[in-house]
Amino acid sequence: MADALLRIEALSKRFGGVVASDEITLAVPKGELHAIIGPNGAGKTTLIGQLAGELRPDSGHIYFANLDITALPAWRRSQLGLARSFQITSLFQDFSVADNVALAVQAHAGHSFHFWRDARSEPSLRDPARAVLARLSLADRADVLVSRLSHGEHRQLELAVALAPRPRLLLLDEPMAGIGPEESARMVETLRELKGELTILLIEHDMEAVFALADRITVLVYGRIIASGTPAAIRADEKVREAYLGEQERQHG
Amino acid sequence: MTSRLNIRNCVIVVLLLALALVPVYAALSGNTFPMSFSAGVIIQAMAAVSLNLIMGFGGMVSFGHAAYLGIGGYVVGILAKEGVGSGLVQWPLALVLSGLFALSVGALSLRTRGIYFIMITLAFTQMLYYVANALDRYGGDDGLTIQRRSEFGLVDLSSRTIFYYLCLALLLVTVYVVWRLVNSRFGLVIQGARSNDRRMNAIGFPTFHYKLVCFVIAGVICGLSGVLLANHTSFISPALMHWTRSGDLIVMTVLGGMGSVFGPVFGAVAFLMLEQILPPLIRPMASLFTIATGIDVSRAPEYWQILLGPLFLLVVLFARGGIDGVLAGMRRG
Repeated sequence: MADALLRIEALSKRFGGVVASDEITLAVPKGELHAIIGPNGAGKTTLIGQLAGELRPDSGHIYFANLDITALPAWRRSQLGLARSFQITSLFQDFSVADNVALAVQAHAGHSFHFWRDARSEPSLRDPARAVLARLSLADRADVLVSRLSHGEHRQLELAVALAPRPRLLLLDEPMAGIGPEESARMVETLRELKGELTILLIEHDMEAVFALADRITVLVYGRIIASGTPAAIRADEKVREAYLGEQERQHG
Repeated sequence: MTSRLNIRNCVIVVLLLALALVPVYAALSGNTFPMSFSAGVIIQAMAAVSLNLIMGFGGMVSFGHAAYLGIGGYVVGILAKEGVGSGLVQWPLALVLSGLFALSVGALSLRTRGIYFIMITLAFTQMLYYVANALDRYGGDDGLTIQRRSEFGLVDLSSRTIFYYLCLALLLVTVYVVWRLVNSRFGLVIQGARSNDRRMNAIGFPTFHYKLVCFVIAGVICGLSGVLLANHTSFISPALMHWTRSGDLIVMTVLGGMGSVFGPVFGAVAFLMLEQILPPLIRPMASLFTIATGIDVSRAPEYWQILLGPLFLLVVLFARGGIDGVLAGMRRG
C-alpha cells in the first residue's frame, strides 16, 4: 500500500475518557472514492479534523503522497493538495459567491502579498472560479452575497470552494447534510462526475448515496474500524449489521 | 454597478472641498481657529483610517492604537529637544519605530482572539503610557513643548498653510493607499480572515502572517499621524497614549462606518465637531436643571460625552454602517 495517496497509521485521539479515534489504520489509493460510515458519535468528524490538520492526534501518523503530514498545520496540507468541505457550512458570508471561490483559487496561486492590483479584476483568479461555479450550477448566482443563498446552494458552494484549488484529495464531511431529495440526487451526480478525477474520502449518512458511489466503505464504531471493504462485502458483514444497522433500526423504532 | 454620482460621493467631494478651502477662509477672515481645528480633524482622521484597516477590514479590534500617536509624537519631540530638527531623520525613525512596535504587539496579540486580543493591545499601550510618564527629561506627565516643527529644507512646515495642505495631501494619499490595499489580493485575505479564519486556513492561507503585516502597516500609518499631531500642536504628553485616546479612535471609526475606507474620515469630522458643539448645548440645559432642582451641575458641559454616548448607541444599534452606511443607503432625489 506504499502507493496509497492517503495512509493513516494507528491514529488515536481521546477527549478525556472518550476514545474518538482508536488505532485507526486505513489506506486510500489514488482515484478511489472511499466512504466512512458509522453511527452518530463514531468519531467520523474527529477523523476528518485530524486529517485536515485542525486536530492534533495523540498518537499515530498520517501520510499524504508518502509525506508525513501529521504535524503540519491545516494551510500547509491544503497547499499539498488536500481539500475539505465542512459538515456545517463554513463560507465567507459577507462575500459574493464568486469572491468565495476566487479566494480559494488565490490561496493556491502563489503568495498573496500583492498590495495594489484589484484582485477582483484578475482573470487568473476569476476565470477558474467561474468555471467551478458553472460546473456546480451556481454560475448565475456568482454576484450574489453568500448570506442570501438557500441551504442547498450553500452546500453546492461549500463543495465549490473545496474544489476550486484543484486538490488531489477531497475530504467531504456530510455534503448532503440537511438538503432535500432533489438536491441530494444532484449532489450524487456531481460526486459521480468527480470520482474519476480525484481521490475522495466521503463521510455521509445517506446510505443510498454511499452505496451508490463508494468503491470501498469503512465502518467506524466508537472510534474503531470494525469493517472495511467493498459495498457488497459491507452489506453482508454481520458485525456491521449488528453495530450500525441495528442502531438505525433502533433510531427509527 | 452602482452609480458613482451617489449622495455619499457628493458628500465626500463637498467635505474635501471644504477642508481644502479652510486656509483660504482663515486668510480672509484672520481667524486661525478653524484652520487649526480642521488640521486636527485631518490628522486624527488619518489615525482612524489606519485603525479601520485592522478593525473594520481585518476584524482585529485594537484597543491600543493610540500607542502609535505617542511613538510618532515622542520621536519628533525627543529628537527636537536633543537638537535633531530634521524631518528627514525624525519622520523615518518614527515610522520605523511604529512598525517595530506593531510587529512585537501583533506577534503576541494575534495569537489570541476576542477579549484577549483587545486586552493585550491595551496592555502594551499602557506600558508605553507609563514609560512616557517616567521620562522626566522629556517632561514626565507634564509633557514637553516642541520648539520647532520638523525641518525639511526648502519646504517650510513652520508655515501653517503649507503644513495644513501637507496634512490634507497625506490623508488623501492614505485613503487611496488603504483603498487599493483592501481590494488587492492582500486585502481580500485580510477580509477573509475577519469573515472566517478557520476556512481561510482550510483553503490554504497562513492568515497569521497576513494579519501581522496588516497590523504593522496600520501601525506605521498611525505613527505618521502621531508625527503630524506633534508638529500640529507643538506639544507632546503621555495623554497622547492614554487609553481613552485609543477609545476615541474606535468611536470615530465605528461612528463613521467600518465598512468603507472613507468612513472613519466622516467619523473623525463628526466626533471632533461634536466635541465643539455639544458643550455649549449642554450649558443651558445644565442651568435649567440647576434652577429646577437646586443641584449644581455647572461642570456638566465638560462631560459632553453624556450626549455622545446615546448617539453612539443609536449608531451601533440602528446604523451599523455608521455615517458612511447611512449616506450610501440614501437615494438621490
